[in-house]
Amino acid sequence: MGAHAMRNAAAVVGVGHTSFGRLPGQTPYDLGAWALREALADAGLKHTDIDGLIVSRVPDYQRFGEMLGINPRYTAITPGQGRMSGASIQMAAMAIAAGMANVVALVYGNDGRSVGEKYGGENDRYGGGDGGLWFPYGMTSPGAAHAIMFQRHAELYGTTSEQMAAVSVAFRKHASMTPHAVMRNPITVEDHQNSRFIVEPLHLLDYCLINDGGVALIVTSAERARDMAKKPVYIRGFGQGTELAGSNLPPDDFWHAPMASAAKDCFRMADVTHADMDALMVYDNFTPTVLFSLEGAGFCPIGESGRWVQGGRLELGGEFPTNTSGGHLSESYMQGWALNVEAVRQLRGETGQRQVKDAKLVFYCCAAPLCTSIIYGSDAQ
Amino acid sequence: MTASSAYLPPGLPTPAADLDDLGFWEHCNRRELRIQRCSACGHFRHTPMPTCPACRSMDFTWAEVPGTGTVFSHTIAHHATHPALRGFGPYNIVVVLLDGADDVRMVGNVVDVAADEVHIGMKVVLHWEATAEGGYLPRWRRA
Ligand SMILES: [Zn+2]
Repeated sequence: MGAHAMRNAAAVVGVGHTSFGRLPGQTPYDLGAWALREALADAGLKHTDIDGLIVSRVPDYQRFGEMLGINPRYTAITPGQGRMSGASIQMAAMAIAAGMANVVALVYGNDGRSVGEKYGGENDRYGGGDGGLWFPYGMTSPGAAHAIMFQRHAELYGTTSEQMAAVSVAFRKHASMTPHAVMRNPITVEDHQNSRFIVEPLHLLDYCLINDGGVALIVTSAERARDMAKKPVYIRGFGQGTELAGSNLPPDDFWHAPMASAAKDCFRMADVTHADMDALMVYDNFTPTVLFSLEGAGFCPIGESGRWVQGGRLELGGEFPTNTSGGHLSESYMQGWALNVEAVRQLRGETGQRQVKDAKLVFYCCAAPLCTSIIYGSDAQ
Repeated sequence: MTASSAYLPPGLPTPAADLDDLGFWEHCNRRELRIQRCSACGHFRHTPMPTCPACRSMDFTWAEVPGTGTVFSHTIAHHATHPALRGFGPYNIVVVLLDGADDVRMVGNVVDVAADEVHIGMKVVLHWEATAEGGYLPRWRRA
């Protein structure tokens, strides 16, 4: 069987982001423009080189193109949901393969901290239309939905809060080596256990960090990627799966089915195995999501993620260093975008103290009603 | 039943019925728990939506269900994610798998047990709580 036509068809050649934290007075447009400027400089490209534009959480592609003075051949906008970062990157690769664009700018801008976004309350529908039937019962945040899902996992498989703590501790350790991370003081399992409950059994340290920031990536064809300022990072494989039916409440299967589908297609396209992965970037809005993702993507058997993440397996130096920049729990909640940037930087060997030695393959995934996975590679084999 | 016996403090968003939900809440306000049921294949569905996910029929009835169920999962909310909950809590939030309604699950609260007494598998029965607007909201009691 020949190589999959999409394998290594596109490559990331530029990454950039703003500082993360409280950035008052900056709209998603400002933050997106700042991040894009950084990504273009990283790639050695100009705004006028862009012929494809995909924006997410930047409210309007038209205004963004207007303010940059660009007329891309291909344009798209995705909803400002974390699951859409991976999906947007996949769209860029497909647009390039289809010949609809050759240099795609992906731009994300999030002013969630300054505008007091809490991912709860009346405007939060968690992707579905049914939040209104939850609010009278005091279920007003995505955290509650994830706590309910974790409680079920605990009942079925004996998963514990201390096991979730291993995830928080690992990511914070990585953030301590990441200059731009928002939370950099190392924590212990005891710190995690002593942090206050938000929605029990989830503690404060099971939660991501809502912040302001922008992230941008430049994706181009493998051919064009060869003469860029920096070593290209190839999009070697990707896949998607959904669980939309019955999605008004957290699913029975912890998104295992759609994540397995997304991972299977991704590994098949990339023609590599789980054991080949040098690092993982796992969407971590809440710690349980990491556990569910690792099971669904096939890194550990169903139900065993709690034990599996203990003993430093996800830490630098462990079997699968995960979220090496600190992830949403400690770097900043950039809805998957910054995790994809970190994948690229690891494969370029740019991450200094937190560098995974000789990293050649990195796996990204996000578990949600729409699951995505991407494998990035440092060469085009 | 007076407002002071409500499980959660006043000020939380009350049911905001849209065109799909309206029938559900209207029946609740008459203390009838009725769930959308497909007229073509008999499949129950919730939350209310225009088509049957099992057969795509758009014909349905509001079918009365027994009003008993089992706690499918739960959490204990400590942090006030809504201003109305400030200084209140902890309180339980449950997902109840309804009896006699296929795989229909509903979000709710168990009003007569301490937050940490709720457990998966607990049998519950319907409890109608009067709302400030003069209607009724379905909650649960230990069976
Ligand atoms: Zn039907």
